[in-house]
Amino acid sequence: MLAWTIYISFLGAAALVLLPAENRRAARFTALLTALAGLVVGLTGAVQYERQTPSGDVVDLVHASWIPDLGIHYHLAADGVSITLVLLTGIAAVAGVLFSWNIQQRTKEFFALYFALIGGVYGVFLSFDLFLLFVFYEIAIIPKYFLIASWGSTRREYGAMKLALYSFVGSAMVLVGLIAAYVVSGAHTFDLLELAKHSFPAPFQHWAFLLVFVGFAVLAGLWPFHTWAPTGHVAAPTAASMLLAGVVMKLGAYGALRVAMTLFPDGLRYWQNEIALLAVIGIVYGGTVALVQRDIKFVIGYSSVSHMGFVLLGLMTLTQIGLIGAVLQMFSHGIVAGLLFAVVGRMIYDRTHTRDLGELQPMNLNALAPFAMVTFVIAGAASMGLPGFSGFIAELQVLAGAWSVFPRLTILAGAGILVGIAFMLRVWIKAFFAENDTPKQAVHLEPTTLPERAGAFLLLGTTVLIGLCPGLLLNLISPTLHSALFQPLLKGGLP
Amino acid sequence: MTTLPLLTLLTLIPLAGGVAALLAPRQSKLSRLIAFVASLLALSCAVLIWAAFDTGKAGYQFGEHVDWVPSLGVYYHLGIDGLGLLMVMLSALIVPFAMLASWKIEQNSKLYFALILFLEAGLFGTFTALNFFHWFIYWELGLIPAFFLIKMWGGPKRTRAANQFFIYTLAGSVAMLLAFLAIYAATGLFDFTQLAGLAEKGSLDTALFAKLGGAFFTSKETLATVIFLGVFLGFAVKAPLMPFHTWLPSAYAEAPTGTSMLLTGAMSKMGVYGFLRILLPLFPTQMRAMQTPLLCLAVVTIVFSAAAALAQRDLKRMVAYSSINHVGYCLLGIFAAVQLTSDSVAWTTEKAAALNGVMLQMFNHGLTASALFYCVGLIEQRSGGRRGLDDFGGLRKVAPVFCGLMGITLFASLGLPGLNGFVSEFLIFKGSLPLVGWAAAVSTLGLLITAIFLLTILQRVFSGPLQNRWAGWKDLTTGERLTLAPVIALMFVIGIFPQILISVSNPTALAILKHF
Repeated sequence: MLAWTIYISFLGAAALVLLPAENRRAARFTALLTALAGLVVGLTGAVQYERQTPSGDVVDLVHASWIPDLGIHYHLAADGVSITLVLLTGIAAVAGVLFSWNIQQRTKEFFALYFALIGGVYGVFLSFDLFLLFVFYEIAIIPKYFLIASWGSTRREYGAMKLALYSFVGSAMVLVGLIAAYVVSGAHTFDLLELAKHSFPAPFQHWAFLLVFVGFAVLAGLWPFHTWAPTGHVAAPTAASMLLAGVVMKLGAYGALRVAMTLFPDGLRYWQNEIALLAVIGIVYGGTVALVQRDIKFVIGYSSVSHMGFVLLGLMTLTQIGLIGAVLQMFSHGIVAGLLFAVVGRMIYDRTHTRDLGELQPMNLNALAPFAMVTFVIAGAASMGLPGFSGFIAELQVLAGAWSVFPRLTILAGAGILVGIAFMLRVWIKAFFAENDTPKQAVHLEPTTLPERAGAFLLLGTTVLIGLCPGLLLNLISPTLHSALFQPLLKGGLP
Repeated sequence: MTTLPLLTLLTLIPLAGGVAALLAPRQSKLSRLIAFVASLLALSCAVLIWAAFDTGKAGYQFGEHVDWVPSLGVYYHLGIDGLGLLMVMLSALIVPFAMLASWKIEQNSKLYFALILFLEAGLFGTFTALNFFHWFIYWELGLIPAFFLIKMWGGPKRTRAANQFFIYTLAGSVAMLLAFLAIYAATGLFDFTQLAGLAEKGSLDTALFAKLGGAFFTSKETLATVIFLGVFLGFAVKAPLMPFHTWLPSAYAEAPTGTSMLLTGAMSKMGVYGFLRILLPLFPTQMRAMQTPLLCLAVVTIVFSAAAALAQRDLKRMVAYSSINHVGYCLLGIFAAVQLTSDSVAWTTEKAAALNGVMLQMFNHGLTASALFYCVGLIEQRSGGRRGLDDFGGLRKVAPVFCGLMGITLFASLGLPGLNGFVSEFLIFKGSLPLVGWAAAVSTLGLLITAIFLLTILQRVFSGPLQNRWAGWKDLTTGERLTLAPVIALMFVIGIFPQILISVSNPTALAILKHF
């Protein structure tokens, strides 16, 4: 069932290519239908999985031989963690289409690339064969380059190129690590579950883990390899920045957890403290840099680095609760950052043609765009990690896990939360509630459209729903992290 | 007893009212009316709870306990004891009062009244929740509306005031959150009553150290003290205790009248409430160990805020500083009650007197201070924004009724016998003097200075020669008299029959004392 999320997306992309170029309306509705179909399939799959697999184990979806000589299989499977991220992708995809409703230039190509990217992302989350996972990972990178380079804004060629280079270097590192694992294991298979049973020699694990983990974590915005993130987000068109922050950064974190941490638990424990330190530096540094940006998209771009730091910190705690928090934070950040980018890119930039806080200040957006204001204030509160939103419950678990392992870093991360509050407050005040001595400029902004409202409600509703009923996702995530696959990981940590 | 989930209802009424006010069609009058009716409904719900509350029983009543996220130890757990009841009643009383004070707000009034109701929901939730998870949701829920109320409807320096308020309070909240997560990491519990049970057996410190001790925290005492300070910071900023008070004067002074009333009347009580509900039961050892420095802070708060009020020339700032001073007495009473004494009945009586005084003072100060802010707001409104101490004089001649009512409020604030403030301050000092003589003795200085500056206000504003420009000053309208009258009546009633409140607070005071 869940495998259809991938096929639907690629089919949708193919259908979009075949549509006549002048019919934008058809392209939009095809896109919306494709995204919705993916989300519905994801939701159904999630409900089914939760009913049928209370143990949280991995469930095979497709398992066929592909290149038998090399031990490569077409192996799709799912567990609670991957389903959570599939759901996130589904929601982000729908919202992204809704916020791209106004794209006039080469509409169908835009959406075709968009769904090629989405299909690749679904593929990564559902692959349990490392070769296959890697293929999907690369599929996701290429459309991203074109989306930014062709439809982007500020310094788009630079942003697109930087993102592509970082991604390729990262994936090259991953590839080397994976091939090494394949060779060293001698098991003649790329299957993740098979390889996970193999215990690699400790010295090998030390460098292989570092290679694969960092290779993936580049995409998760691990400091100091995060610099692609802000420029990439700024350059990207609205829907692409939503996907970048919402989903693509999760590819990195997911890969780090699923591949690097699962395969090399000894290497993980060897580097645990160093990576946790980098994660916390990312939290504080990202927040501090966000505090002084003038371009709102840069603020949110750096805030993503800060929030992804919580994911990495949670992963490094090696405790149940910390890992659960990390996965939840991936979901939460995807929703909230997506919403923030949507407001800034679609509701503000497309209408005012500026994202500069200094230029927005005299515009009185509070009165001109009340819907954008309300959405941004609520999304900002969610981003601050205020209770009642999904981010709170995620950070709560990450920090509770971190306390018992890294008390010092936990206190630092707390300071990072405070910085996060400060930069969001600054954007609130400057963009929406500035005090103006000059008389109001007679600017009229086009009112918010129905698709924008629908998209905003979808994302806001999700973050509040998870914030108030975290059980909905915890029931998916928690059993999986208690399942056999994750036990070797947690052995060193506390229960 | 009813089976109706009254406490949930109490919190839902303002939330629903706020949403209804926002959704009301464009006329601002309708949404204002909806909001006011919602606040009256909440008040009647609070009265209902008061009526059904059994004062003979210690412990929590009207309990509700529903699974929420059991895997995280999160339960929807509500309950109310004497302390909670007093605070709920106070909030329920002040909100309609504050709405009447803001009746004339025209700019975006829909949002204004909705925010006040959301703030009220946050207050009710904070005073009834017994599980950290949703307690913290309500705790922060109060903050966002307050921020926007100051930011959007405040005076000329509102942006700075609102930012300062927001950042300070959240800094305290984050410290508290971290501390609570440490407690959670060590015990797996979020429930206040269960945690208090652990602390009573002395196993909270041990559990914390077993889980979090190590290279960084090398001794059990240090670790417990650090966690204690984290929680303490959250409440000390909110109350406020000096030196964490600097956000308060500008926030109170810049906020619109109705909001200042809520901030001082109800929100500052959230901090004191936290001391009583969380710090005393969870950290009795640490409270006792830190008693002397804490007492010093309380005394400093009392004396310096009174002195600072005396030095102000702006009426609103004076009232703001006097508010810090009055909350300071609450903290004095709390810190006095942790004094190590023998278990004799005589000592318990003194401690119970202090704690009862604290709870009464919270209630009384809420009433008096919000009435004072209301009066200052009236002055400001009539004078076109002036509220300097030296801008007026002789108003008694043109506004005798106003002079009389504001005079009563001022006297209630300085603790004149027969009015509400006297009873609570008397009880606090009665308890504190034998327990911690030096601190109580120095604090009386605060009482003295308070009397001086409150009388100064009375003198400068209402006596002396009338300035020409105020010759056309209008006395209170009927509406304003009707707004102020019930509050003044309450001041007398409580001053003469304090038993109404003490019967509610006493079982709780005795229950808290069991931890010591």
